[in-house]
Parts: sequence; C-alpha cells; structure tokens
Amino acid sequence: MKGESSPTAISTALRRSLSEFGIGIALILEIIIFSQLSPYFFTAENILNVSLQSSITAIIAAGMTFVILTAGIDLSVGSVVALSGVLATSALKFDVPLSTGFPLAILVALIIGIVSGSIAGVFITKFSITPFIVTLALMTIWRGTAFIYTDGRPVWGLPEEFSMLGSGRIFEVPVPTLIMLAVYIVSYIVLKYTRFGRYVYAVGGNREAARLAGINTNRILFCVYMICGALAGISGILLASRMNSGQPNAGLMYELDVIAAVVVGGTSLFGGRGSIVGTFIGAMLIGILRNGLNLLNVGSYVQMVVLGVVILLAVMLDQIRKR
Amino acid sequence: MIPLLSLHNICKEYPGVLALDDVSFELYAGEVHCLVGENGAGKSTLMKILSGAIRKNSGSTLIDGKEIEINSPIDAQKYGIGVIYQDFKLVPELTVAENILLGKEARKGNSPFIDYKKMHQVAAAVLLQLGEEIPTTLPVRELSVAQRQIVEIAKALSKKVRILAMDEPSAALTDKELKNLFRVIRGLKAEGVGIIYISHRFEEIFEIGDRVTVLRDGKFIHRCPVTEADRRSLIRWMVGRELEQEYPKVELTRGKEILRIELLNAGILQDINLILYREEIFGLAGLVGAGRSELARVIFGADPKESGKIFLEGKEVNPRSPREAIDLGIGLLTEDRNRFGLIMQMAVRENISLANLRDLLSGPFVNKAKEIAIAKKFTDGLRIKTPTVEREVESLSGGNRQKVVLARWLYTKSKLLIFDEPTAGIDIGVKYEIYNLINKLAQEGIGVIVISSELPELLGMCDRIGVMCEGQIAGILSRSDFSQEKIMMLATGGKEEVMNEG
Repeated sequence: MKGESSPTAISTALRRSLSEFGIGIALILEIIIFSQLSPYFFTAENILNVSLQSSITAIIAAGMTFVILTAGIDLSVGSVVALSGVLATSALKFDVPLSTGFPLAILVALIIGIVSGSIAGVFITKFSITPFIVTLALMTIWRGTAFIYTDGRPVWGLPEEFSMLGSGRIFEVPVPTLIMLAVYIVSYIVLKYTRFGRYVYAVGGNREAARLAGINTNRILFCVYMICGALAGISGILLASRMNSGQPNAGLMYELDVIAAVVVGGTSLFGGRGSIVGTFIGAMLIGILRNGLNLLNVGSYVQMVVLGVVILLAVMLDQIRKR
Repeated sequence: MIPLLSLHNICKEYPGVLALDDVSFELYAGEVHCLVGENGAGKSTLMKILSGAIRKNSGSTLIDGKEIEINSPIDAQKYGIGVIYQDFKLVPELTVAENILLGKEARKGNSPFIDYKKMHQVAAAVLLQLGEEIPTTLPVRELSVAQRQIVEIAKALSKKVRILAMDEPSAALTDKELKNLFRVIRGLKAEGVGIIYISHRFEEIFEIGDRVTVLRDGKFIHRCPVTEADRRSLIRWMVGRELEQEYPKVELTRGKEILRIELLNAGILQDINLILYREEIFGLAGLVGAGRSELARVIFGADPKESGKIFLEGKEVNPRSPREAIDLGIGLLTEDRNRFGLIMQMAVRENISLANLRDLLSGPFVNKAKEIAIAKKFTDGLRIKTPTVEREVESLSGGNRQKVVLARWLYTKSKLLIFDEPTAGIDIGVKYEIYNLINKLAQEGIGVIVISSELPELLGMCDRIGVMCEGQIAGILSRSDFSQEKIMMLATGGKEEVMNEG
C-alpha cells in the first residue's frame, strides 16, 4: 500500500473529505457562537434537547440522502409522516393488549412508508416518470388520505405508554436520538462498505453506464425510495408519540427541511456525490441554528429568514470550494 | 510581419499536473496552423485559455502585437476569437437558426421581439457558405452528428472572427462534408482569418495546413512548415519514440466456435447470421447507423431481441440484461466511454471493480483491501497513468479512461469481448497498447469483436471483417480479400461508386 500514503493520495483523500470538513467547520463555528451568546446552550441537557428536536427530520434526511445520491428526490416524506402517524395511532386503538398493539403500530408505520416508497419506485422505474412529479403527486395523495381517514380530526386518547417512544429516555438519552444514531450508523455502513451502497453512487453518477456494468439500476432506485419511505414512516410514529396523537397535518413542509439538511451536508442534487456524514452534520447545523435562535428569543418569522440565508451560504461555500 | 496572435511562455497548472509548460505559439493572418499531439499534450488546454474558458497561470497573450488579457469567453469574442469545440455546445431544443444566431438574434427593429424571418435568412446564408442545406427550422436534436458539426461551424462563422480554432472538426464528417469544410477554410484564409486546426488525422494536416506545431506532455516539441513533415516524423514527435508499425497484427490460427448468431432480428437489425471463432479478431465495419452498435447491445443484453438465436460456446443463450450477459461471460466496451462506460466521479478502483463486485464480497461488504489490490494489479498491468487508484476517473485522459474500462472487463474474466470504437479519441501510443492487448486476448482464446469507423484500423487488426449496411450483414470478408473499396461498396449497399479501383 505504498501508493496510499504518497502525498497525492493524501491530497486526494483530503479533497474528498473536505466537503464534510468544510461544513463541519461551519458547525463548530456555530456551536462556539451560540455558546458565547447563551450560557445555557452548551449544557448536556440542551445538547440532548437539540438532538431530540432534530431527530425526526434527521432520520428522514438519512433516507433522503440515499434518494438524492441517485439523482432523485422524494417530496412525499412529510405526508408519509402524517399518514403513518394517523394510521399507526389508529392501530393502537384496536381492542388488543398493548404488547400486541405497540409492535402492530410500528409495523403499520413501517408498512405505510414502504408502500409509499414502492409506489414511487414503480412509477419512477417502470413508467419512467421523473421522481419530482411522482413524489409531488404522492405528497398530496397521502396528505389527502390522512385527512379523509381522520375526517380532519386528530387521533386522540392513546395509551400513556405510547409516549415512551417519542418522549422516553434511556440513560438520559431521548429514545428518538438513539433511533437517529442507529439509523445513521447503519446508513453509514451501508453506503460506505456494502455493494448496495456502491451501486447507489454508481446509479446516481451515471445510470446508463451503471446498467451496462451489470447493475440492476431499477432495483437500486426502487430500494432507495423504499428506504426513504420506511424512515419517513418511522418518523411518523415517533412524531405521533411525541405529540401523543395522530395529526393529519403533521409533518407539513418536512420535505423542505429534510432536503435542506441533505443539501447543506454537501450531497449533490445531480446525484453520485455526497455522504451520510455530511447529511448528519447538515441536519445538526439546522437543528442547532433553530435551538440557538430560540434560546436567544429570536422570533419564528426571523428564524425562517435566517435559515434560508444559512442554506444559501452553506451551498455557496460548497460551490466556491469546488472551484 | 506582426503575428495576428502570439502566445508567449504559457503555463497552466492543475493540481498535480503541469498541463502547459512554457508553451509559445503564434498565428499569422491567413495561415492554417495545425496543432497536433496526443491526448493530454495540452492542445485542448491551450484552446481553453484562448477562448477564455480557463485562465493561464503565467505567460502573455498578444493580438496584433499588443498585449491583452482574456479572462472570459466574452473577452475572447471581443477580440474576434472563435473556438469550435469537439463536444458540441448546441442547445438541442432550439432550431438550427436559433443555435447559429444564439446571443445575437435578429430583432424587429429595436423591439424585444425576434425577427424569425430574418433569422432564418441569415442562418441559411451562413450554411450556404458552407455548402450545406440543413433546414434552419429543424430543432438541433433531430440532426445527425455531422449536421451538428456543420451547425457548430456555422455558429462560429456567423460572428466576425479573426482567429478561428477548430478542435477535431472532422471527427464526424464524411469525405464530402470534409471537402466542403476545407473549401470554407480556404475561403477564410483568403479573407485573412488565422486558423488553428487540431486533428488526429494526418492526411488533413497535410492537405490543409501551412505550419504544424507538435506538443507532448504539455511541452513544445517541434514546429515546422507542413511540407517538411511526414507521417512518420509527426508520430515520432508526438509519441517521443519511433513506432515500427501502426498496427501490430499477429498471426492467429482460428480456433473453435465461440459465438453463433442465427436469424437475429431486433430494432433495425434484420436476419443477422454470424459465426465467431476463438483466436480470431472479428471486425464490424459500416457507416454510422448501420446497426453495428445495436448488434453489440443485443448480444450484450442491453437491448431486447425480437427473434433469432444466440449460441455461446455451442449453448443457446438469451441474455435479457447486461447482468445476465456478464454472467455468461460477455463484456461490452461501449462506444462513448464517458457516457456509457464510466462513472466519472468515482475512483479508478471503483470503476474497475464495478461489474464484478461479487468477487470482492465478504458477506454484504466489499473487501476494500482486496479491491485495492485488484485495482493496482490492473493499473500496473495495463500501465494506467494515475497517481493512485483513488483518483476520480474524470481527471484521467481519454486513453487511460479506456484502459480503466478495459480493466473492468478483464476483471470479469469475459469469454467474449466486444470493443465498440475502442480507440476513438485515443493517442497513438495508447492505441498501440490497446491493439497489443486485443491481440493478446485473442491469443488467449477470448472471442473478440471490434467495431470501428476507422477502416485502416480494421484492415490492420482483423482476421475477418463483417460489413453492415442498413441493419443487415452485407458481407463478410477474409483477410485475403480485404480492401477499403470492397468494404465501402458493401457498407453503402453497392451504391457508392468505387473510385480508385485497380
């Protein structure tokens, strides 16, 4: 492995990791600034709090990274969150013991996500409709379905134990944070070390060349939408648990937050370039920004503007770096 | 006489590469100055600096003896510099007229509305100057490659250019179209335009060039009047050593049957019958669109077949996807490797292993140590020039990219390899290496099909040549029957008169 330690190899490695690195520096800067401005910011409690608040979009963003790496997009995730939330909470209200109802609810949430992702996958691969259109349609279809199913009213009266999922803590760490970490660790391993992960990058980099190298590109595309859907489904039940109800208008505009996290994390919308670590940092950057601005009592209207500016700045820096 | 254009001591550095090392160049009005060199020699970099697409690190640019700076394509246009790139810069959805006059549309007076009538008149006039009749109302996406080339040239001519650089303008042209191009170039010369002509084809340089400059590895090597150069000396300057012959043909004795195709129909392909043997190199000739690549894609499972049978080593096979074909031992080195062969932003290592990752799996994981070892074995064995196997393929030259694709298929241990335009856009030196590799593969008993538009290449390398015409095999020639005339005759369906018979 002589070549691997040569100066050029190091510079190549450096160049490759710089996108994560650059955004990482932004994250550290942000943490330093908020620590100076608010004494409460850099406390264990607040850090756990941020992780909890970011966990739901971060979990979906992991799935979205798979999709965007293939040069796709999934706009339906916010609506999947709502539909999975209302259906999973309804499952909890079946007249079965909680030991059955609980797993059933999780299963329902997962299935909703997988079904949504599969439908997207079929339209994208078999009928060659662009992902933007397919998932835009699914976005309104699932949102509408959630409203029709609940008649616009939230699903209330859930067993108390259900709130464990979204609000419980294990060794002081919020359960959604643990789930998020698990999702990221698995996603990292899958993208970085497995054949499937390699194929995701290949399909996003050059779909036809990937097909001609023997990759079943349709299967890969199908899978990434399933993964993204499944993670949105899980997020749906987590959010329902935190709100202790199934809300048909839950997850509104989540797709934008999620895409923002992925893009700020340096993943190219054209596919083939990006990383799960970047997305994690992107999601945290946005989460910390929200949290910090809240601590500083910045109003939510101003927060929207600041968030937009940060997205532009982050992507701009990324472009400058590439030159 | 003051040169129209002088470039003095130009240097351009990319991370890790000195693309241009102290290169000087000058061009007089009314001169055709040919620029030759292998890929990576620095020709394209020089053109890009001239066109303002990239900036030099040091050196100076003079026009009419006055020092200027070209910082953007707009600057270049201002100084009357026109560049025709190898890969077209046309908008497919716009019409021919709109493309030719892009950025200088004719308007109705000073209003913001486009005067389409005038646009078409102007565009048609420019095309007429080129001796071409392309309907100016057609969208460019409906044009053939040759027609696009013409439109690209027309686009440059529609501006007032004093310096016109052409990067491989003939790559897609037929003889007739090339003659027209030369007529236009001579016309421009007479008007005092200075022309920089980049080409791999020596015949063109001898026909149209006044002077020739040879670059190698970013350095100036030689400059002389074209009359003082010949094929052999040009190659020597370009490659830096003497090449004994261009095509290293080895004698092969035909082995057992490896591929048999019976009455195959698919798309434009009609009733294809073909038998291919081990230890022979089989060429496929034909005009663009004759169905050569289509046949390759059907054998490889990339396109479906409608009827007919394919036998590999005597057993009937029916690959319905590239994956199935690869598993059967078939490999296809596609035409246009950048579009269909490589994942540009992936590392050399990842591109080599892409079709055979299963060989590297431990459980669901790719064994990276083994993968690196394999990639190194091939980069060393094929002499792929890359700093490390981790370098993205997009930073490699054309020849090295082709070798990466070749490495991929060698790693899958194919029994049958189809090379579609294997040497397009590749240096003489690397071409030679690829020919030797093809020879070696054939000697090892791998079935080899070579598709090429370069007839001399097929004549030089193949044992038999199948000539395709309009989706059919018009004839198969053995080496003893090889002649350019016979092939052209079959390729055109006997329509083209045989010019220099005897």
